Formats: sequence, structure tokens, C-alpha cells
Amino acid sequence: MNRLERTKIELVHPPLTSRRDFLETLFSAGAMVFAAGVVPASVSAAELDVTRTAWNPSVYLGLDTDGSVIIVAHRSEMGTGIRTSLPMVVADELEADWSRVRIEQAVGDKKYGSQDTDGSQSIRDFYAIMRETGAAARLMLERAAAAHWNVSPHECDASNHQVIHTPTGRKIGFGELVTAAAKQPMPSKSDIQLKKPEQFRYIGKGVSIVDLKDICTGTAIYGFDAHVPGMVYASIERPPVLGGKLKGYDDSEARKVAGVQQTIVIDGAQPPYGFQALGGVAVIADNTWAASQARKKLKIDWEYGPHAIFESESYKKSLIESANKPQRVVRSVGDVDTAFGSAAKVVEANYYTPLLAHAPMEPPAALASYRDGKVETWTATQDPQQVQETVSKALGINPADVTCHVTLLGGAFGRKSKPDYVAEAAILSKKTGKPVKISWTREEDIHFDYYHSTSAMYFKAGLDSAGKPVAWLQRSVFPPIGSTFDDKETYGSAGEMSQGWIDVPFDITNFRAENGPAEAHLRIGWLRSVANIYHAFGVQSFIDELAHSAGKDPVEYWLTALGSPRRIDFAGEKAKYTNYGKPMTAYPLDTGRLKRVVEVAAEQSGWANKKSGPGHAWGFAAHRSFLTYVAAVVEIEVDKQGKLQIPIMDIAVDCGSAINPDRVKAQFEGAAVFGTSVALLGEITAADGRVQQGNFNTYPVARINEAPFETRVHIVNGGGLPTGVGEPGVPPTAPAICNAIFAATGKRIRELPLRKQKLV
Amino acid sequence: MIQLKVNGKTKSYQGDPEMPLLWYLRDTLQLTGSKFGCGMGLCGACTVHVNGEAARSCLTPMQSVAGKDVLTIEGLSEHGDHPLQRAWAEANVPQCGYCQTGQIMQAAALLKTKPKPTDHDIDEAMQGNICRCGTYQRIRQAIKIAAGVKA
Repeated sequence: MNRLERTKIELVHPPLTSRRDFLETLFSAGAMVFAAGVVPASVSAAELDVTRTAWNPSVYLGLDTDGSVIIVAHRSEMGTGIRTSLPMVVADELEADWSRVRIEQAVGDKKYGSQDTDGSQSIRDFYAIMRETGAAARLMLERAAAAHWNVSPHECDASNHQVIHTPTGRKIGFGELVTAAAKQPMPSKSDIQLKKPEQFRYIGKGVSIVDLKDICTGTAIYGFDAHVPGMVYASIERPPVLGGKLKGYDDSEARKVAGVQQTIVIDGAQPPYGFQALGGVAVIADNTWAASQARKKLKIDWEYGPHAIFESESYKKSLIESANKPQRVVRSVGDVDTAFGSAAKVVEANYYTPLLAHAPMEPPAALASYRDGKVETWTATQDPQQVQETVSKALGINPADVTCHVTLLGGAFGRKSKPDYVAEAAILSKKTGKPVKISWTREEDIHFDYYHSTSAMYFKAGLDSAGKPVAWLQRSVFPPIGSTFDDKETYGSAGEMSQGWIDVPFDITNFRAENGPAEAHLRIGWLRSVANIYHAFGVQSFIDELAHSAGKDPVEYWLTALGSPRRIDFAGEKAKYTNYGKPMTAYPLDTGRLKRVVEVAAEQSGWANKKSGPGHAWGFAAHRSFLTYVAAVVEIEVDKQGKLQIPIMDIAVDCGSAINPDRVKAQFEGAAVFGTSVALLGEITAADGRVQQGNFNTYPVARINEAPFETRVHIVNGGGLPTGVGEPGVPPTAPAICNAIFAATGKRIRELPLRKQKLV
Repeated sequence: MIQLKVNGKTKSYQGDPEMPLLWYLRDTLQLTGSKFGCGMGLCGACTVHVNGEAARSCLTPMQSVAGKDVLTIEGLSEHGDHPLQRAWAEANVPQCGYCQTGQIMQAAALLKTKPKPTDHDIDEAMQGNICRCGTYQRIRQAIKIAAGVKA
């Protein structure tokens, strides 16, 4: 397994030797800046910079003598609210007045730790660090106030932007304390006291996102909106088949278009493709329109290369054939083969899901300005440090000579952690000597994505005379993400296997999971909830099949199969379970918590009293991913023409602790819609190696009249460490909808998307 | 030479008359609140008002707006306090926010013709505007708040 796959898929983090070391590093960085005597400058919102504040105790925090507080958002805002929620945690522990806090968006820099905003990990990896950052600064303010009054620090408490001497009621504002606080020694980890939950001012209550007004008035800046004086606009004709090579081109017509300055060849990428620019012919023009019009007039002769054989229908057949043959074992419990022999009943099924595109509303866009061996970039990216690395490789310069300014992201879903588009802008800026803006069309976005993988699955279960599963065999076959970074890779990584495949939670005496190889012909990448999408669709649909086969209520059957609450540790089961990069001790796979969300979803939806019948039914699915437990009950209606409506979806969520509850709910409301697109609409196909879809007419996504009318999110307080929320709502949605369709129509959906099938 | 009004101000344009209004707004006037999402009128992210009616600026050639009044999100209200903008904030609608200016402009056109829209009216008017983050139920809620109808 390569390095990238480890970081991206198994979500292993750069080692922080200990949190204390990390914190001390942060604080010492700040102290150095202070010792160097950096004078605070008055900072406008546009040029916020914590290093220029009077007191900069951490890379994440700065305070000025006027009492203003700057908190650094080092993760990318793509709609989860993280640019608000992590700074809010610092502000809470600091006892800062939120109205006096301004947010600085960090450039890419390793000093912040990981900035790779994916894997639903921002809160779970940085919650404690942000709390300690705020709490340490609060303690220093309290100690400064104690020294000022010549009283014991234990009598001084920070509260809402001031420190109060409790016995006398004297008060002093944070701003007045900044100069003295900066001279306080850095507190040791053992001195830092985190707040008790009942003392929280914002955590668990939440605040509105900081960009709310800018978004609603059109002043928020996304990658597409980046602008510097003198910039030119580029549009690129890329090889239509992955790995295709430019044989020749004629740009004479293109150059006649008014506003066109020049055309430039970008070298083709070499396998493995990773994040390289794909290459092609670029048109440079005075504006977006001229560039895109001229590009259409390029006459290009391509050599398509070996992937031109890729054709979806035959490829699908080969995946299904592989899924029906014995494959590599990735988890084994008991003896499945013997158990099938003695089972009262055997049930088998094949499932299939297609390739998907991310299709964020803002297609990829970047602006780059190269000068004298250094390049500055402004872009919508989930990972500015990866931008530094990718661009530095593309230009043959040092990563430190690449500055990456992070704009807001108009959606991302995993697409924008792959900065091939930033490399394009940087290459073109170097070649033209001008700042170059590249903004992809929707067709480019759909044609040149890092696709969510297509998957074929096979299931076989043996039931005892009471209908309970006593043997379960499952195989999945899909081209893996690893193929993008190692073109010889054909098997799923441990990370992909750990996304809903190894970790089937049912207590089945004989269980075996297998995975077969598949060659990729497109760039495969991670999309919101990744391999959980197909694995949960297969597993959660098949268990529903078994419930109906046994004549049992699906929720009751599901809970019986789950067994008594236990912690699954996979000991002696030949399984390499990665647990989203987290230790099983701190984040166990606890089936008791899964049971609890199932019960809550059933209770809140009124499952026990709902009577599914022709045309109107309820479906259920539950799935743990990104360490979060989720159960969904969905109500559907299918009319006589087969038209599907989703009136209500109830989702129960145990994410340990909800830091910004309204944003947690928003993520699950959104995931229900995203999952609806997966279930009903999404499908990428290819012929002659070329993707056949290009815009929202051929790659439809859910609209307001197709989405669940109402999604009710029920947060179950697990009381533990906060876990992921951006992705875990997606996996249960499609199987819950399809299970409801079975209850309403008797038609079992074993292949997505639904729009290709007749429901009545 | 094409003359038009953008957010009340008279503008003159000399250039390709086929160029869509969206690129004039974004590249020439730096009014980047109107977004590109599809270029085919399929997603609504570029929605503006032309003579008071919702229009997809990505499909609106400059020559077709000669002599007309164009209103963009930047001109919808002086202080960002149009009833819909306030309702959008009250319901915490946006996630990534990219499509929301188009959603608000579309909803503003809806409320002009149907001040008290039903759910069906909202579906009809808003189904051309895609939100990939999936904020639809809050969009519906915000429209109802602004219209003063029961959510």
C-alpha cells in the first residue's frame, strides 16, 4: 500500500508524538514570534494574520490589545461548517465573546498539522487540540489578571471576554490583559483545565456559520471567484481517454477568436496518474468565454491508448463474474462452507452499483501566479498542503515555494482533495509568465473526475429453521482507489475493506468476507463515504432480503442478527480492520451503540405502528462509518406510474458528542439528499474509454421535488469522543429507500440507480 | 455597443454579442455573486432577474439584454436584508453556499408572482435550482418564513 492511500483511505494521521508535544510546539512557535517583537498592526478582515497580533500564543490564535481575537481556521470550508465549528471550540475554552472573534483562513502549512479536510475527521482530530489551545490562553489571561491585582490565580475566572476576581467582583477585559498575558510562561499541560460540559458557552449549542451573510449577499469568495489584476483565463482540451497522447493539433481557427492570446501544450500525464495535470492543449484568453469558445475550435489528433477498450456493459459483466468466484479472504469466522451444508435454507443474491461522479456545484477552479521560482495559488481545495506538494512536483520547485490560499469550496465531496486542476493553472502560469485562472466547465468536471468506484457484490446466507442466519458469505469486486496511485493495484485496500465490508456487525457464527481484483480504466477516487456506499447498499439490502425470506419484521430481524451488545475486535478472524485510523480502545466497534440508534430511529419514525402496503411503505437500514452510528427509516410512496416520492426520513445518529448540533443535523439532512441521488439517479458509464455523461441532463442529481420532503435528524447523545458527521449519513440512505421499495412493490432492487428500472 | 442597466447602474458593453451575461457580470464587472454551475440552464446557480423575471444568465446572450434592467444578488437589497436573505439566515440554509445566491434570486422571483406559495408552487419554481449539499428542506422553510406562510 502506498503512502497516499494510507493517509487518504485509512485516515492515518501524521504522528503527533503526544498532544502535549504538539501543544508546546504550537505555543513555542507563538512565543518566538512574540519574543521577536512583532508589532501588532491594525488588521482588516481581508488581511487577518495571527502572527501580527500583540499576543500570538498558538498558530491557531492571536489576541490584540483592543480585545479582538483572531482564530485560524486551518481546515477547508466545503459546507460542513468547519470554518466556524473548530474556531468556536477555541473561543469557548478561551471564554471569548464570539462577536469579537474573527476567522483567518490558513494557507497551506505543515505547522497547522493535517489540513486534509476529508474522512470526516476535522472535529475528531482537532477538537481536543482546539480546546487545549483556548484553555491554555485562558489560563494565561487569568494568571495575568491575578498578577495585576496581586491576588491568587485561583480567585480569577475568565468569563465572556473578561477576567473577574470572584471575591471582590473586580473585572478586567481581555484586551487590557493581552500585553501581560503574553509575558506569562506557557502553562504546562497538567495546569490546563478544560471546561466541564455544563460550562460550555458555544460547544453543544452552536453558532451560525461565519460566512452566512457573505453567502446570502453574494460576496463570499470561492475558487471560481479568485481574481488578481492582470490575470488571464485558460481553457484546456484534455485527452478524452485516460492516458491518451497528443499526436498533433491545429489551432488556427481557435486563434482567430477575439480575445485569444495564445495556445499552449501541457504534457500528458504518466501512469500512475495520481494528481498530475492530465495534459492537453490550453487556450489562453482575456476572459472565460473567449477561452472556452476558442477551445471548441481546436482540431486535435489524439492517440487514445490502452484504456480506449473500456466499455461499461462488458466491464460490468466481468466484475459480476469475478464476484461469483472464490476470491481473497479478508475476514473469516467459523466455517461458512460446512454451515451452508447444514442450513435449513440458503439465499443468494448479486448486487451492483455504478461509477459515480462528485459533481460539486462549483466545478474545479484555481488561480496561479508564478514568478521567479515561486508560485502563489488561490483555489478551492480540501488539502492545501497537497496543493503545495502537487504543484511543486509539476513545476520542479520546492513545496515551500508554493503558497496555497484556500477560498471557500462550492461543494467538494472528495473531488477537491485531488489538486490536478491547481497543477494545470500553475503550469500555465509558468509558461505564460502571467497569473492564470482555470475554471472547469461542468462537462470537464464530469469527464475528468476521480470516480467513485463501481462494484459487484455476491451474497450467500444459510438460515436455520427459525430463519436466523447461521452462515454468511460475501464477495465484493471493484477497481480500487489505490489504482490511481499505483497502476498495478487491483485489490481493495485495508481501508476500503474496513468501510462496511470487514465490519459487518451481525453476530453470525460462520462468516466470510472476500474481495476480488479489478483493473481500473479511469481515475478512481474517494467520494463522500467512499466504499461504504456500495458495501452498505449490499449488506443492508441483503439482510432485509433475509428478514422477508424468514417472514420477520425487518427491524426485529436486524436486531436479532446483531446479537447482544458487544465490542467487535476481530481477534483471530484474519481481518485487517483499520477503524478509520483510530485505535479500537478509544473508538470501539460497539454494537450496543448501533442497537441504540436503531431503536431510536424505529421509535421516532413510529416504525412499530407503520403498516407497509402496496404503494406506501417504510424501509430501514443502519450502518456505522467514520466511527459514527447511524440508523435510517424512510417512508416512500410509489404511484401507479412508478413515480417515487420520499415524504419523511428519520435518521438517528450517535456521533459521540455533537459540537455544533445544527451543523450536525444539516450534514445528515444533506446526506439524505446525497444518498437519494445515489439511489435514484447517479450513473457514470463509458464507451471507447470515454465517459458518456457530461452535464446535469445526463448525470442528474436530486432536485427539490425528488429529495426527501422532510429529514428529521435525531441526535443520540453517546456521550463519548466526537466522531465523523460529514459522511456517515450517506451509506444507509440508498438501502433504506430500496428496502422500502420492496415493502411497497415486492420488487427487490439489486442494482443502482433506480431510474433505470421500472418500479411497477 | 450594448447598453443595459445592472443593479440600477447604466453599463455599456462592446464585445461578442453572443457572450452570455454571466461572464459579463463575473469577468467584466467582477460581480461574482452569480455562479457558474452548468452553462446549460440546468442548475440555476447563475440566476439573475432580467426586467424583473428570473433568468439563467449562463444562457442569456448579451445582445438579448440590450436596454434591459438586470438585477443580481449584489443588488437585491441595499444591506443584505431582503426578507429572503433574512429568512435564509434564520433557517441557517447554506452549507457550502455556492448555489444559494441563485436559489435566493429564484425564490425572489417566485414571491413576486406568488406571495404566499404552496409546497407545490415551491417545487415548481425551485426544481430548476440544484443544491448538491442538499439544503432543500431549509430552502423550503426559508421561503415560507419570508412569505409568512406556515412552515
